[in-house]
Amino acid sequence: MIEEKKLICVTCPRGCQLTAEVEDGCVLDVSGCSCKRGKTYAEAELTDPRRMIASTVRISGGIHPMLPVTTSAPIPKGLILQLMAVLRTVDLQAPVRMNDVIVSNVLGTGIDVIASADMEKV
Amino acid sequence: MNLTELFDVIVIGAGPAGLAAGIAAREQGCDRVLIIDRDIEAGGILQQCVHSGFGLETFKEDLPGPSYAQRFIDQAKAAGVNFLLDTMVLNVTRDFQVTVSGARIGLKVLNAKAVVLAMGCRERSRAQIRVPGTRPAGVYTAGTAQRWVNIDGLMPGKRFVILGSGDIGMIMARRLTLEGAEVARVVEIMPYLSGLSRNLVQCLQDYDIPLFLNHTVSRIYGNRRVEAVEVSAVDGQRNPLPGTAERIECDTLLLSVGLIPENELTRKAGVKMDQRIGGPVVDNTYSTSVPGLFVAGNVVHVYDLVDYVSQAGTKAGRSAADFVHGRWLGLQKTIPVQGGAEVRSVVPQLICPESLKTEEIVLQLRVSSPLERSVEIVVQAPDDTIIAKRRLPYARPGEMVSISIPSDAYNLAAKAERLIVSLV
Ligand SMILES: Cc1cc2nc3c(=O)[nH]c(=O)nc-3n(C[C@H](O)[C@H](O)[C@H](O)COP(=O)(O)OP(=O)(O)OC[C@H]3O[C@@H](n4cnc5c(N)ncnc54)[C@H](O)[C@@H]3O)c2cc1C
Ligand code: SF4
Repeated sequence: MIEEKKLICVTCPRGCQLTAEVEDGCVLDVSGCSCKRGKTYAEAELTDPRRMIASTVRISGGIHPMLPVTTSAPIPKGLILQLMAVLRTVDLQAPVRMNDVIVSNVLGTGIDVIASADMEKV
Repeated sequence: MNLTELFDVIVIGAGPAGLAAGIAAREQGCDRVLIIDRDIEAGGILQQCVHSGFGLETFKEDLPGPSYAQRFIDQAKAAGVNFLLDTMVLNVTRDFQVTVSGARIGLKVLNAKAVVLAMGCRERSRAQIRVPGTRPAGVYTAGTAQRWVNIDGLMPGKRFVILGSGDIGMIMARRLTLEGAEVARVVEIMPYLSGLSRNLVQCLQDYDIPLFLNHTVSRIYGNRRVEAVEVSAVDGQRNPLPGTAERIECDTLLLSVGLIPENELTRKAGVKMDQRIGGPVVDNTYSTSVPGLFVAGNVVHVYDLVDYVSQAGTKAGRSAADFVHGRWLGLQKTIPVQGGAEVRSVVPQLICPESLKTEEIVLQLRVSSPLERSVEIVVQAPDDTIIAKRRLPYARPGEMVSISIPSDAYNLAAKAERLIVSLV
């Protein structure tokens, strides 16, 4: 059976409203895109939706108690809450440099959590 | 760094606008460039914007705010820009005396040959939107909450209602949810979303946070702390409709109801202001009405993309260097640029046609209502001569649009007594 799914493309600020035809988990057709990235987005969103997740972790000895971090690539949506639980267990010591790996291969995804900025030691 | 010697350029504010201005002034041959900020670190508002979405234009990468800032901080340090942090600027005069106060240096007056003002913007607060009810603790702006959560590691509450569907509000809805709080709903008085629809998807829909358009917070309950808010539907005039009120239990109300340029220092310096925008009137060199006082970033008008803030900073920094070296063009004749049909505001408000001899001039505008159709931006002289035009697939109030006046339009622009920009 062919199902119609409505989506908003998040690839660029335009936010096109897309309609995808899906059959047995396969995306047959996508309409409403203003550019070809819309189709790629719809296919990914309907088969393996992922998001970049940015957050903070505890750090001692720095000018602030929190260090901003981000995933190095988008992670599966279903793992976001588990990722947050992992981040809550992290406790670092300053200094840290931007792009330092904070958690490697998080939840076995092959994706790292990295520092978004330097944190100087005080 | 010797604070008593004369500086070439002093930049006020170490956000992306100020950093870019400082770097550009150094690159244009100014030896003594100083950036002053009241915060203990450079980076401005970007330090609290831990989410990604920055730098797609500048670096062709989707960076978190602090990473975007870090790249500019590293560049500024490498370029030999001096920093004076943890220092508040109290006053700037028309002859470039800058009064500062800081815990380490006390009260001092610094001197420069040119100044760039890059103080950013602040958020509209409860006083400016007038929500009735009690005045308990637990009503904050979304940006204040963002700072507590992302920089200080403090949670302002457990159950939230957010008023306003601006990007900062939606981004905070997601952030608070990820940190274990509950966001009961986001309420927007207008019939349309004020932020980007990608944030509706990534920040609200992903976490099943309900959005109520055409609704507002009509009352706040609670004595010492917020206990609940009343949410009502609104009519076409944005007044609450009787009989639609609903009580939503929450301990915190966040306001994401817009930003205003931070221009206390600018006003005190006697600079001419654009009342509609709340920022100074500028020309295409980012000069204010006071020669040698330049401005960049959110002090001029509120940008939605940081990349354009950095570009403006670069431009202002170059102009300041030109001024210091006696080659600034802005003293030539300028002509006004006016907003026509569908244009709410336009920056710069003045252009110096002579500049077209060396480079194009970019006009940035905001439209007054959403235009979900193919539209054309047209720049005309009063006699309807077309100076420039550009077609866009759509235009929305939340997204700044721009048009450039090409160098070859010099002859036409130089003849006009003013320019009118409109959308058709
Ligand atoms: C809360 C918030 C969230 C945002 N999220 C996004 C986003 O997701 N994506 C995006 O592209 N853009 C976003 N923006 C917009 C973008 O980040 C801003 O447009 C940009 O940071 C503005 O840069 P600026 O340098 O003009 O101002 P700011 O970054 O605000 O810097 C101004 C600096 O001036 C300093 N200052 C002010 N007054 C004084 C004084 N009297 N003395 C000394 N120092 C002073 C302040 O401390 C501050 O460091 C956001 C803006 C805000 C306010
Ligand atoms: S389909 Fe293309 S234009 Fe439309 S939102 Fe996606 S990336 Fe942007």
